[in-house]
Amino acid sequence: MTALGKLFRTTAFKIVAVYLIVFALFAMAVIGYLARHTQALVVSQITEAIDAEVKNLQDVHADAGIGRLIDVVVARAQQPGSNLYMITSFNGATLAANVTDIDNVTLSRQGWSEISYRRTDEAADNLHDSRALVRVVFIGGFRILVGRDIEERERLRQILAAPARWSLVVIVLLGIAGGLFVTRRVMKRIDSMTATSEQIMRGDFGGRLAVTGSGDEFDRLANSLNAMLARIENLMGGLKHVSDNIAHDLKTPLTRLRNRAEEALRPNHTDAELRRALKSTIEESDNLIRTFNALLMISRAEAGEVRKTMTDFDASEIARDVAELYEPVAEESGLTFGIDTPESLPVRGSRELISQALANLVDNAIKHGGTTAGSKVTVAARKSGDRIEFTVGDRGPGIPEADRLRVLERFVRLEESRSRPGAGLGLSLALAVARLHGGDIRLEDNSPGLKVTLAIPAQPGQTKGA
Amino acid sequence: MRLLIIEDDREAADYLKKALREAGHMAEVANDGEAGLAIALDESFDVLVVDRMLPKRDGLSLVSELRSRGKETPVLILSALGQVDDRVTGLRAGGDDYLAKPYAFSELLARVEVLARRRAPNSAETVYRVADLELDRLSHQVTRGGEEILLQPREFRLLEYLMRHAGQVVTRTMLLENVWDYHFDPQTNVIDVHVSRLRSKIDKGFAKPLLQTVRGAGYMIRDGAR
Repeated sequence: MTALGKLFRTTAFKIVAVYLIVFALFAMAVIGYLARHTQALVVSQITEAIDAEVKNLQDVHADAGIGRLIDVVVARAQQPGSNLYMITSFNGATLAANVTDIDNVTLSRQGWSEISYRRTDEAADNLHDSRALVRVVFIGGFRILVGRDIEERERLRQILAAPARWSLVVIVLLGIAGGLFVTRRVMKRIDSMTATSEQIMRGDFGGRLAVTGSGDEFDRLANSLNAMLARIENLMGGLKHVSDNIAHDLKTPLTRLRNRAEEALRPNHTDAELRRALKSTIEESDNLIRTFNALLMISRAEAGEVRKTMTDFDASEIARDVAELYEPVAEESGLTFGIDTPESLPVRGSRELISQALANLVDNAIKHGGTTAGSKVTVAARKSGDRIEFTVGDRGPGIPEADRLRVLERFVRLEESRSRPGAGLGLSLALAVARLHGGDIRLEDNSPGLKVTLAIPAQPGQTKGA
Repeated sequence: MRLLIIEDDREAADYLKKALREAGHMAEVANDGEAGLAIALDESFDVLVVDRMLPKRDGLSLVSELRSRGKETPVLILSALGQVDDRVTGLRAGGDDYLAKPYAFSELLARVEVLARRRAPNSAETVYRVADLELDRLSHQVTRGGEEILLQPREFRLLEYLMRHAGQVVTRTMLLENVWDYHFDPQTNVIDVHVSRLRSKIDKGFAKPLLQTVRGAGYMIRDGAR
């Protein structure tokens, strides 16, 4: 596509062209109206002047007769820039006149007409063709013509026509120039945006669209696209971080698995030893599968795919159900269990995922909830503003403030818990589930112990969130 | 029991066939969706085990086609996709149960046996009986040897599920799915603790234990100890 062709195709150029046509038509209409109106004014002035003169001549005739009238006309006709006069008798003989070549048709009836004329003092071969507006009246057997040159009107027409033409040309030129300017400006911005996005598509996620700071629509667009890019870069970074983690944290058990199989293959093992090796291989695989499933669940929750399966359910019921599922285990570990929920708490979301997130929190509380006699795990659900808060508290050692954000990351396990089973994904999943619902997770001191709060909006659509 | 395995991974299919034969069942194998559909329509099976992703015709469309042709053979769908919404779409297409890969063979076997037995028209039964243990589904009363046993609502549902499948192995996952309606892994042995509580209520003090643990598989309620 040529540069010009590209220009013509732009929306800005098309809009400018349409405006240009509309504006030119409007300007022409205004000038036309003005011209017509001014001309009408001039003509009415001329007719008024002629009417006054005719009246005056009628008065002279009435007062002093035809002789006097002829004298007056002759005198007036000779003044420079005078009206046009002609007096003839009924048989056509000219008695007084400063014009000639008036055709008989004009003189044969009373009234107005527009005619060509020639002054008597002009040479006969002067072909200068003047136009005049004349009125013919019959006064006592004579025909009297009074007229005025309308050259003035013609001149006015020309005076108006020339600027009208010129202004049209100027409007069109200005319009085209303005259109080109606007279009080029728009195109420059768009081209730079296109260039940046192509650069980003090639893999440079650090690129951002230029913001001029004028706050115009392009800046707004660039700002929101930049925000989107930042989020994508963030997600990509997260993904890279996760795959690094996965590589590290899955390689360890895989290596263990392989070592055990290799060890079992060495000669001189009893059947019982072989069976034991196989059993531990299966256990290790099951752990790996569990880790994989948890990771998949997290990435699904983060991708927001589950959103379409959200339903309305009762948060209180969910908290009670999860608590009921874990209560016997907690009691076997010597923990007492407390549940605190209102009668019902309607909420919209994924029942399965919220249950799982809550189950992870309760499982953590039981595992890390301390072993001192009378230790207690509490599960609560309540409404706080337009949010539903699930709280799981324990009386264990808690988590130092400095580590509270870190433990939400995938595979992060604090030193103290490394010896216990688990992959360090429970809190990450709970966080991903909370974010999927537009909520968040809070870790607080339960003095003593840890209190984890999972808060989600009662109606996710109404609150801004991930 | 006669099964049809529709699975494109030959090694997985052969392994399944062999393991099922060892468990005393006969199994045929089809390696793609079209062949599987033809065999399933042509012959009679107790259960179909259908992989979700198959060449020529995918598992879900196979099941829908089967159902639209009036074939009501129970179907267990196998899939590498194990998430909630995948399960829902699988069951909606006409599958009767859904198992995510990778799975333990004992899990598959237990589910297949439950599916095969489910065809018996005993769902209208209001009282379940195993030896001298009785569960009345209408009055929610449980008695053993004529003496009433008080159960929590969840314990009642747990026992109800076990007794409906009396004589069959029921896995922990099946209990979690059917009694609690959860499809995730609770990580801890929560189900074991619930079952042992139930056991202490129905078996304690009686000479003959009814609720048995099946090593490496799950639980079974039945008359007569092994």
